[in-house]
Amino acid sequence: MRSIRIGAGAGYAGDRVEPAVELMEKGNIDYIVFECLAERTIAIAQQEKMKDPTKGYNGLLPERMRRILKLAKEKNIKVITNMGAANTKAAVEVTKNIAKELGITGLKIAGILGDDIYDSIDKYKDNEILELGCKLKDLDGEILSSNVYLGAESIVEALENGADIIITGRVADPALFMAPIIYEFKWGLEDKFKMGQAVLAGHLLECAGQVTGGYYADPGYKDVENLHLLGFPIVEIDETGEFIVTKVKGSGGKVSSATCKEQMLYEIHDPSAYFTPDIVADFSKVTFEDIEDDVVKVTGASSKHQPETLKVSIGYKDCFIGEGEISYGGTNAINRAKLAADIVERRLKLIGANIEEYRVDYIGYNSLYKDSISSPIKPESFSEIRLRISGRTKERKDAVLIGNEVEALYTNGPAGGGGATKAVSEVISICSIFIPRDAVDVSVIYEEV
Amino acid sequence: MKLKEIAHSRTGDKGDISNISLIVYDMKDYELIKEKVTAEKVKEYFKEICHGEVKRYEIDSIGALNFVLDKALGGGVTRSLALDKHGKSLSSALLEMEI
Repeated sequence: MRSIRIGAGAGYAGDRVEPAVELMEKGNIDYIVFECLAERTIAIAQQEKMKDPTKGYNGLLPERMRRILKLAKEKNIKVITNMGAANTKAAVEVTKNIAKELGITGLKIAGILGDDIYDSIDKYKDNEILELGCKLKDLDGEILSSNVYLGAESIVEALENGADIIITGRVADPALFMAPIIYEFKWGLEDKFKMGQAVLAGHLLECAGQVTGGYYADPGYKDVENLHLLGFPIVEIDETGEFIVTKVKGSGGKVSSATCKEQMLYEIHDPSAYFTPDIVADFSKVTFEDIEDDVVKVTGASSKHQPETLKVSIGYKDCFIGEGEISYGGTNAINRAKLAADIVERRLKLIGANIEEYRVDYIGYNSLYKDSISSPIKPESFSEIRLRISGRTKERKDAVLIGNEVEALYTNGPAGGGGATKAVSEVISICSIFIPRDAVDVSVIYEEV
Repeated sequence: MKLKEIAHSRTGDKGDISNISLIVYDMKDYELIKEKVTAEKVKEYFKEICHGEVKRYEIDSIGALNFVLDKALGGGVTRSLALDKHGKSLSSALLEMEI
């Protein structure tokens, strides 16, 4: 029976490069996918592109391409990645130039365009924003980027046209992995079980090391060996839709039913209706079976219909966050930290800082879970406490005041405060609207060396 | 008994919504967590953190529950004032729950 092997080469923009190289050298894979776009990444990349029109793609793209292009050519491994971010055209150009530099010939590089609808976003000013409940025209903050979550279709088209390296901007993460499966086995929407399995394969792979024991270890409860050498995952899927999850033999980490279960439910709401641009998947009857060490068989996913609309992710200038931190140690540290917090709060009122939301945390005490959950776990006393004060403001000048007042605790606050730090950041937020599927105009460009 | 003795967990984030899975190590404990760890109990447990509804999904085939907590990430991952903006550490909090 025919099967293909797909590896995950990155689970986020800055992920380690060695595990990808290891997969290509020893994983006997046919495809490698680098998933490098978090929700906000494109909005930030768009700002880079505005400053310099040749930039706006993933910053690690040149390094990754330098390390993998030769291997891809030698081993005939096709590469799919969303490292195009806000500038897929430039990413294709850069990749072509690196291939030339390395003396590689006979490589076809494709770029998927059309996810960026920034220039036509005004058409949708009456669409409702999912997270805020208001209309897009009432959004408070300058729009920086607008990108449609594309599906697998145009990547499949590029594969049909013989592309070896496929670079995209915003594409739904699982779709990057589904494309080679759909291309190889010619599955369609009517193949409910197989398409569900394809979505699940993509979902399990999209965070790379998170299914091979990364983000899983808890000494004494869930032990994982050699995390410093964590191997990235491979899915081997056959034409019936059944697949296994595994990794390169001898690499660090672990693939088990338990690691797969954690990853299956990661960032999932209703397991029976997981929305992707290609199809709504149903993971509610999935089973995992450990068939040998680091080999898990996966069955039982299914799928429903194709969504009528596509999600558009909009990045906008939202607000500023100002913060300051300072540490107190020894007996009574918590009370000095509380006094410090009280001083800062009174000072900020006194000087008229305009703060929309304000927060006080005692790191090591209640900064993660607040009080009702933290109280039963915490010890009698603390050897040290770090006070953190943060606030959201509309204007930068107000955000600055927060860190300044924390810093002033050095000479004006309780005894023995040390290690004060302050920061102001401009917050770029993301919101979403939905637009009709047929309103999106996707195209594929090709370059050859 | 703490949930940590019989189950493991991972948290995911989407905007201002956090999802926290609860997966038993041994299927024999699944009925127990299904009975004890209700959506209401989780909502009460996270009352200082989650300011919206809590929905519970049961995935019988793998012995897991999935809790979806609305308005739990300080206004959303991008603008939250929390140190852990993604709420990644909430999984460890759920496992501290006594049943």
